[in-house]
Amino acid sequence: MKMHWLAVPFVTAALASAAPALAWEPTKPIEIVVPFSAGGASDQMARTIQGIIQKHQLTTQPIIVINKPAAGGAEGMLDIQKSAGDPHKLITTSSGIFMTPMATKLPLNWTDYTPVAMMAQDSFVLWVNAKSPHKTAGDFMEAAKKASPPLKIGGTSSKREDNLIVFAMEKQIGAKFAYIPYTSGGQASTQLSGGHVEANTNNPAEDLANWRGGATRPICVFADQPMVYRDKVTENASWADIPTCTSQGLNVSYQMLRGMFMPGKVTKDQQAFYVNMFKKVSETQEWKDYLARNALVGDYRDGEAFVSFLKADEEKHARLMSEAGFMAK
Amino acid sequence: MDDFSSLLAGFQIALSWHNIGFMALGVILGIVVGVLPGLGGPNGVAILLPLTFGMDPTSAIILLSSIYWGALFGGAITSILFNIPGEAWSVATTFDGYPMAIRGHAAEALTAAFTASFIGALSGVVLITFVAPLVASFALRFGPAEFFAVFLLTFCSFVGMGRDNRAKIITSLCIGFLLAAVGLDSISGDLRMTFGSTELMRGFDFLVVVIGLFGIGEILLTAEEGLVFKGKHAKIDLKVVLKTWASLPRYWLTLVRSCVVGMWMGVTPGGAIAASFMGYGLAKRFSKRGAHFGKGEIEGVLAPETAAHAAGTSALLPMLALGIPGSATAAVLLGGLLVWGLQPGPMLFVEQKDFVWGLIASMYLGNLAGLIIVLATVPLFAAVMRIPFSFVAPVILIVCAIGAYTISNSVFDIWVMLGFGILGYIFKKLDYPLAPLVLALVLGDRAEDAFRQALLGSAGSLDVFWANGLVSGLVIVALVLLLWGPITDAIAALGRRNESAKAAKAAE
Repeated sequence: MKMHWLAVPFVTAALASAAPALAWEPTKPIEIVVPFSAGGASDQMARTIQGIIQKHQLTTQPIIVINKPAAGGAEGMLDIQKSAGDPHKLITTSSGIFMTPMATKLPLNWTDYTPVAMMAQDSFVLWVNAKSPHKTAGDFMEAAKKASPPLKIGGTSSKREDNLIVFAMEKQIGAKFAYIPYTSGGQASTQLSGGHVEANTNNPAEDLANWRGGATRPICVFADQPMVYRDKVTENASWADIPTCTSQGLNVSYQMLRGMFMPGKVTKDQQAFYVNMFKKVSETQEWKDYLARNALVGDYRDGEAFVSFLKADEEKHARLMSEAGFMAK
Repeated sequence: MDDFSSLLAGFQIALSWHNIGFMALGVILGIVVGVLPGLGGPNGVAILLPLTFGMDPTSAIILLSSIYWGALFGGAITSILFNIPGEAWSVATTFDGYPMAIRGHAAEALTAAFTASFIGALSGVVLITFVAPLVASFALRFGPAEFFAVFLLTFCSFVGMGRDNRAKIITSLCIGFLLAAVGLDSISGDLRMTFGSTELMRGFDFLVVVIGLFGIGEILLTAEEGLVFKGKHAKIDLKVVLKTWASLPRYWLTLVRSCVVGMWMGVTPGGAIAASFMGYGLAKRFSKRGAHFGKGEIEGVLAPETAAHAAGTSALLPMLALGIPGSATAAVLLGGLLVWGLQPGPMLFVEQKDFVWGLIASMYLGNLAGLIIVLATVPLFAAVMRIPFSFVAPVILIVCAIGAYTISNSVFDIWVMLGFGILGYIFKKLDYPLAPLVLALVLGDRAEDAFRQALLGSAGSLDVFWANGLVSGLVIVALVLLLWGPITDAIAALGRRNESAKAAKAAE
């Protein structure tokens, strides 16, 4: 573009007057790294956020979602580790941010990243096949005590969230389960609807389709409080109708964080830009619809509230992982 | 028939002008994506996914699934012209497609490949149209033991049906298994054979290995032979298409067999990759000209392409009906469905009738559009063969390197690719088959997972592989296929010995 020399001062003046609104803004496309494969729960969340940011024009730059699923998410985490100082990269995280390094001894630590915001918490539900004779957690536990060979419970990955829950159940009732790790919650759900396992511990969204299709049925949610969503998701039940496992004598509760991080060594202004952006995302109607559809627990946190949550959560996982013997030696 | 009227309504939706436009655009984008190794269907669909958020779901899925068809077609182009499979399921297409191109029959090979793709895909769509609910419930019967049996069937058919030296096939297969085991073991959650390297943690990406083994290996071989490019006189007019079509009815048995294998593998879901190898292996065994396979036999192009596409298409069925993706591209499409607020699963057919039947109708039309577009490009692509090798080779090398790098943005992968290029060269020189290695690399860890999941569930008892009719049937067929080759060979050898003994007696 050619510009008359007289015009230049005016343009710069105009830019300068617009600039103070935000101290930093992205200057190239923003990458959201998803450390899981396409189609999974983390991927869905990233793509929903991508859609919301673009629809509400929360930034002028395009958003790109990239899947780096290898080695249980470690590939994506290593990528962020290596990108220190890059303000155009984000990563979606789950409890895996603690558990992957613990289970594999990889040189990864969340304190090397910059926490941006926690978007939600995800619940876990004990699901059985629709034709299963078990109606309550009590029935299921009684059956587990008598079963030989042990009852089969499916879940996603080994030494991760689902495996921890199954371990906690074993400890509670003093019986063994055969935990069968699948590569995704979708697979665990299909295997349950085909009757190849007796139960699974999927997140609500992962078994929703089969629940609505009449193939699987929730028994209880691993939480202290029932879920809050009262809209009917099947013909006659809502998420809020699922009782807690605690109320049925199975004292296991577990929830998983879902949040956003940036690489380490970014400036305060850069961090503030994204905190601001995700705060806006969390206030949109689309985000609330997304939470309700997936029965996620809306729990937005940033700044100190997020960091202290992370510290407490890391300690909890370190304890659970070493009790279960899942720590790498 | 209720479904049939739904389908007609679907055609009405798919046949609107803007949807036809999206179809053509999608197919062309897909071909571009399929031709570039490493970019591939899943990435192409993933990159373009955000563009579709503003569209209505039916148009969006038509655009995306057309990219899928285009990529399926496009994968064959580089396989035939440069021996570089653009997609995993095109590996088997290189076995005869590339020799045909070298002998100056690139146009015939391309026509055969595209037509076979079309036939395969069409058979898959017909399957989806008429037996969707039935097949969906059948797929539910597959637990870990059944999955393992399907993989076992693939491996056994490859060993038993192969005409190469069996010890060499098994050696190659074992190297593949070994490579597949590198990285995170999903059953124990531990890292294996990474030797502390964070690069090896990802394991060996299948496409990087294939680009090296086939693409780079071939360049090394050609360079050694003195920089000649033998395909200079490739005929390049559209009449070739018609001539090739005229010869196809003769191979109806191969086509039907590959369709059946493909549909079976797509639904079960063994996937398009396994299907293409099995289709090729079976054709090689049962064809009259089986001994000529690998030297440029048109049947050797038809068989894997038909099977791969029948499988690739059928793989969409479990995705729609059950919400489990049968392939990587299907997985990205699944992500798309969720973004538009459509929940795949048993209820999709009930609640989103318009969408489902619009999609199915677009499969018919998208494939037809794809076939017309790719056939029109045959002369263009065949003309590439006229360019001297000394110009083409550096370009291929660069494309290979970019492809290997793009898969996970890693420079390390370029070195892996070059390493496998040398391995590919050595394999060819020593006359070891590459296909079993590739097959084991792709399916090895999945077979292992299924095997160990099955044993976890049965508390270690092998009886689980005999537990029901389905799994024992699969295991028996696998064993029959494994032993078929050695036994028929032994009988033939015995027969020859008797004859020569008789001849010797007669001579006395």
